[in-house]
Amino acid sequence: MATANPTMFQASDLNRHNDSVQRRYRLLFGLMTLLLITPVMLILGTLVAKGGGAISWEFLFSAPTDGMRTGGIFPALLGTVWLVTVALLLSVPIGIFAAIYLSEYAGDNWFTRIINLAIINLAGVPSIVHALFGLGAFVIFFKFGTSILAASLTLAVMTMPVVIVATRESLQAVPQAFREACWNMGATRWQTIRRVVLPNSLTGILTGVILEVSRTAGETAPIMFTGAVFFTPFLPNSVFDQTMALSLHLFVTATQVPGISEEVPFGVALVLIGLVLTMNSVSIAFRMWLRGKKKW
Amino acid sequence: MVELATPAAATTDASQQTVAAVPNKLEVRNLTIRYGSEVALRDVSLSIREHEIFGIIGPANAGKTSFLKAINRMDVFTSGMRVDGEIHFAGRDTRRLNNVYALRSRIGVVFPLPVGLPMTVYDNVALSPRLRGINEKAELDVIVQRCLTRAALWDEVKDRLNALGSLLSGGQQQRLTIARALSQEPDLLMLDEFSIAVDPVTTMRIEDVLKELRKEVTIILVTNLVQQARRLADRTAFFLGGECVEIGVTEDLFTGEVKDQRTRDYVEGRFG
Repeated sequence: MATANPTMFQASDLNRHNDSVQRRYRLLFGLMTLLLITPVMLILGTLVAKGGGAISWEFLFSAPTDGMRTGGIFPALLGTVWLVTVALLLSVPIGIFAAIYLSEYAGDNWFTRIINLAIINLAGVPSIVHALFGLGAFVIFFKFGTSILAASLTLAVMTMPVVIVATRESLQAVPQAFREACWNMGATRWQTIRRVVLPNSLTGILTGVILEVSRTAGETAPIMFTGAVFFTPFLPNSVFDQTMALSLHLFVTATQVPGISEEVPFGVALVLIGLVLTMNSVSIAFRMWLRGKKKW
Repeated sequence: MVELATPAAATTDASQQTVAAVPNKLEVRNLTIRYGSEVALRDVSLSIREHEIFGIIGPANAGKTSFLKAINRMDVFTSGMRVDGEIHFAGRDTRRLNNVYALRSRIGVVFPLPVGLPMTVYDNVALSPRLRGINEKAELDVIVQRCLTRAALWDEVKDRLNALGSLLSGGQQQRLTIARALSQEPDLLMLDEFSIAVDPVTTMRIEDVLKELRKEVTIILVTNLVQQARRLADRTAFFLGGECVEIGVTEDLFTGEVKDQRTRDYVEGRFG
């Protein structure tokens, strides 16, 4: 063995330069990350500071009184749960099944390429356009009237492309070698999907769906014209009823009610964002659990 | 067939006499495989006998893997892949077969890189029986143990059958893949460069397994290790650039009794 060159481990100018460059990049990336979480922190801080006082049992579980100046938000909270649930019941099965078709069955040809393009474009349509589409199609043409059904259908159309894209990505994250191993055994496409592909993408799909829930809960424009109302003294009994909704209630209390305490709209916003954050934490917990069970 | 089960100690003459009486497991006639306009395999005709280990050697892009894919009718999953010619398996032209699932379930395939499916060791081996409709635990237990034992893996995994198959070591996963292929109770086992990601000791163990298996199944062994073909194969074909250059008794190829100079060059390592 030759003796080591004594200067081998001494830092050269190039070493020092490379190291200082990488430090500067690390600083840049770190700062950007800080910048990213700053607005989140500011929003949450403001909401808790200004709206925290409004939150009470009564606020969450009673109806508004005195032209929404006092009382609670229960009809809006319940309405949002209705809207999101019905919208998901419509969009999730259709979205997932369509994604399975596109990812596992459809060949790569001009037709599927057009469909994929349409899905991407649909995801980019502004929500107010969806709102007008929903008004024209579901409220007027299908004669559902302004109802939970019409609003949820509108929300479903809006969220479906995102469900499809999220599902397709989870499906395609399953290595092709697994499918081929299964096909080689004589399994049909469906057997392969059912036994190998779905079990390994389900958690990813569900994560996408949960993230979708939080987006649906916050949408205002699509439900304004199609099913949500400023105020109704009744709680919804079926999907053909109108309903209040948290997002619209926030808009109303913040801009349309004179002489209302500042605490109310902040409280509504806090409840809405709390709902969304709860959903997101479920999704994050899910993903951490998934990572713990990483299978390949 | 009984004579064939004894290791190839017999002289070339004797073994040829014996195998002449054995029916062909697989007959390939004028097989041409194209990807788009590119020809991957040109006009290959050969037959593989029952219970022989048929080696296929050749450098990359020789068409070896495409050949296996065509046999298994996996071309339908590969866009742009076109197969012309006839492949008779167990007396039927597989190109005209409607029930390709039955065909594939009779053929076990082992890939270059081990593919442990992301399920437990047990489920990996029980998958194929389950696809066939066997759901009884006791029956599955027997199959799983038998296949893992035959693949020389049982002793290493018998205490962790519920561990994930995809988390076994590379060599173990490759034996798991073999066990899974055996769980299909295949008539034909196709191995595609199985030792590429496996250490030499495991390779030798798998080779011993294959020598045992040839009593029961016909084996096509695609390998880029010419010495592996020499150790295992009864007959060997040499593929080069989409052409089947030569087919012969393995020992002949290695002792220089070749028809084509290129075979000798390849076997002796003069080009790769």
